[in-house]
Amino acid sequence: MNLPHLDLNTIWFALVGVLFTGYAMLDGFDLGMGAVHMFTKDDAERRVMLNAIGPVWDGNEVWLVTGGGALFAAFPNVYATVFSGFYLAFMLLLASLIFRAVAIEFRSKQPMYWWRQTWDISFAAGSVLSSLLIGVTLGNLAWGIPIDDRGEFAGSFLGLLKPYPLLLGLTTVALFMMHGAIYGTMKTEGHLHVKLRRWAMNCIIAFVICAVTTTMATLLYVPHIAARVRENPWLFSIALANMLAIANIPREFHHRRDWLAFLSSCAAIITLMLLFGVNQFPNLVYSQPDPTHSLTIYNAASSPKTLGIMLVMATIGIPIVLAYTVSVYWIFRGKVKMDRMSY
Amino acid sequence: MDVLTLSRIQFGGTIAFHYIYPPLSIGLGVLLVLMEGLWLKTNQPIYHQLARFWTKVFALTFAIGVATGIVMEFEFGTNWAAYSRFVGDVFGSALAAEGIFAFFLESGFLALLLFGWDRVGRKLHFFATCMVCLGAHFSAVWIVVANSWMQTPAGYHIVGEGLHARAEITDFWALVFNPSMLERLSHTICGAWQSGAFLAISISAWYLLKNRHRDFAHATLRVALAVALVASFLQLITGHISAQGVGRHQPAKLAAFEGLYETVSNTPLVLVGWVDEKNETTHALMLPGGLSFLDHNDFHTPVTGLDAFKPADRPPVTASFIFFHGMVAAGMATILIAVLGCFYWWRGTLDQTRWLLWVMVFSVLAPQIANQFGWFAAEVGRQPWLVYGLMRTPEGLSAVVQANVVLASLILFTVIYFMLFSVFVYLLNDKIQHGPHEEDLIPSGKLVLPTHDHLTP
Repeated sequence: MNLPHLDLNTIWFALVGVLFTGYAMLDGFDLGMGAVHMFTKDDAERRVMLNAIGPVWDGNEVWLVTGGGALFAAFPNVYATVFSGFYLAFMLLLASLIFRAVAIEFRSKQPMYWWRQTWDISFAAGSVLSSLLIGVTLGNLAWGIPIDDRGEFAGSFLGLLKPYPLLLGLTTVALFMMHGAIYGTMKTEGHLHVKLRRWAMNCIIAFVICAVTTTMATLLYVPHIAARVRENPWLFSIALANMLAIANIPREFHHRRDWLAFLSSCAAIITLMLLFGVNQFPNLVYSQPDPTHSLTIYNAASSPKTLGIMLVMATIGIPIVLAYTVSVYWIFRGKVKMDRMSY
Repeated sequence: MDVLTLSRIQFGGTIAFHYIYPPLSIGLGVLLVLMEGLWLKTNQPIYHQLARFWTKVFALTFAIGVATGIVMEFEFGTNWAAYSRFVGDVFGSALAAEGIFAFFLESGFLALLLFGWDRVGRKLHFFATCMVCLGAHFSAVWIVVANSWMQTPAGYHIVGEGLHARAEITDFWALVFNPSMLERLSHTICGAWQSGAFLAISISAWYLLKNRHRDFAHATLRVALAVALVASFLQLITGHISAQGVGRHQPAKLAAFEGLYETVSNTPLVLVGWVDEKNETTHALMLPGGLSFLDHNDFHTPVTGLDAFKPADRPPVTASFIFFHGMVAAGMATILIAVLGCFYWWRGTLDQTRWLLWVMVFSVLAPQIANQFGWFAAEVGRQPWLVYGLMRTPEGLSAVVQANVVLASLILFTVIYFMLFSVFVYLLNDKIQHGPHEEDLIPSGKLVLPTHDHLTP
């Protein structure tokens, strides 16, 4: 067993991972809700679903912003290479996130049918496209992207749309839709609750199919991603935990323990990201076809001094952030109640 | 157009559009704290109505600010990758700090501010309002730290050479409190207070002109005029200190602001005029010795002119000159309007002074113009440097990004932002036309007034 030496670079690899995992787990259900809310045509039901994420979506998106900032500060070379290399993909991601965000704010401000329909579509399209692009990005990082000897991206936009990253994109959409539908089931009551339960079951099935396909594709076509688990069999426990978490979702759901199903869904996302991180390590961007050009936590990092300063910031900041994140979720716990301040 | 021009247009355009909204959020945040504080203190339902109405306006500006702000963070990497590699060690930590210390605070308590009216007690709600306002100010702190470092780099050293050279932190606090940070921060924050206050003034003046929601308009004006007056006068002071700082640290920028080509003693201050770049002169109405006095507190000491710099090291003079003087003019207008407004308010004749009310309706534009032009002047005046004295603007570009994809994204953002702005104006106007809710005068839920309330008949 060769545990990596716990230096600042490794800690920041983990912290950036924590931030992006937090984003996937939290904004994941917002994005999923955006897709799922189109399953009903009823305006009142759509509003309830929108308000289920109303108080929290904005804070959830901050995980992405902070993750991006942390990546910029801790691994500027990765930030520069990936963001400039994935230029068009990230511009589309930005446009999607903009439409998602403003649609939430705008849609219920006017009563006209066309108005609400427009923003509902932009909410759904923005959410689905964001999920897809996030998945495609992760898929490319797992598959490996061409990096030249200056550390710059040497591929093209169309080159990012290979079958494997697209499959991962699709899996992410399904994952977030499942996550969002379960969250919705937890937050609603009555007729809508029954509908959401049905949709959530369908999303679970869709996700399981995607997940199995992705796993097979990974083992067959991306052997380097499983190399670390092969070398360290004890890491297989993460994969096992992931499978158990996924299997537990329909079980809890069947017993109407919706919040346990939601927690299982969170656990599934955490273990998936953990698997991804463990297999990437110490690479942040795996270079394919020439792995020697990979961007690692050492050749892409900021100075130890900066990493140390930021660690102090994180040590002070993260507990405070967690404290009021938990408080907000606690204050807005329970089923959605509409009032005149609602979206 | 080449990739440099397109990237500069895109960055400048997206940040200018973004910068309409955060100052409004910061300014309205201060107003919300004052209004809700007054409500808690006096128990007068009118302040509750104020807080509820302006919270809705705040939410609208905040949402667009969030949506357009994330673009800025991405663009450093997408368009300015070489810059990101060069400064990531220094600049990135300020952005990360903004996320951890400002955005989480803001967005967490925003949930309570917007949706917590009937869920939490009055004091906790007020606390949430204060925290949102504080978070908005923190985000200004960190982004101005980052931007000021580009103007007056400090607390770093350069490691490596050629393509691999980069700035690394040597002293974090020297970096944070870099020479221009405090004056630029105070100048920025006062500008933000002004934009929030004048939006409130504008809408209230409109109600008075149309003879609608008079009590609401009066109560809003009382708070907003006070903030506008204080912020506008503070702006004069912070502006003066900032300009002196520019003279000290970025003399070429100050010379460009003033169209000052020649270094002469008794340097005059340009009041109004234009720059003739071809013949390197400025035709203007000038105050002899004025600039020397403002810059050095002495009428004789010469101010460094552009002749002290190689043409390659000079910022674009005409643009810097116009933006700077446009900012000053708009800033002076805010002072004048705030003073007049307060004077007529104090005399009790504001309601009848219709010409002034009309001026106040349009006064919302003055701080917006001042904020935009001020930033343009600051950033254009920094040219040809991306990081002052360390990295030139073309050196910061992404190596792998082609002009055609930047053109595509520029078109994409132009379309989206025009659409966003139209919807913003439409919804804001709709909100104004509907006016405050009557039912907000009767607090509901947990927010009902204390039982000993003497206002109930």
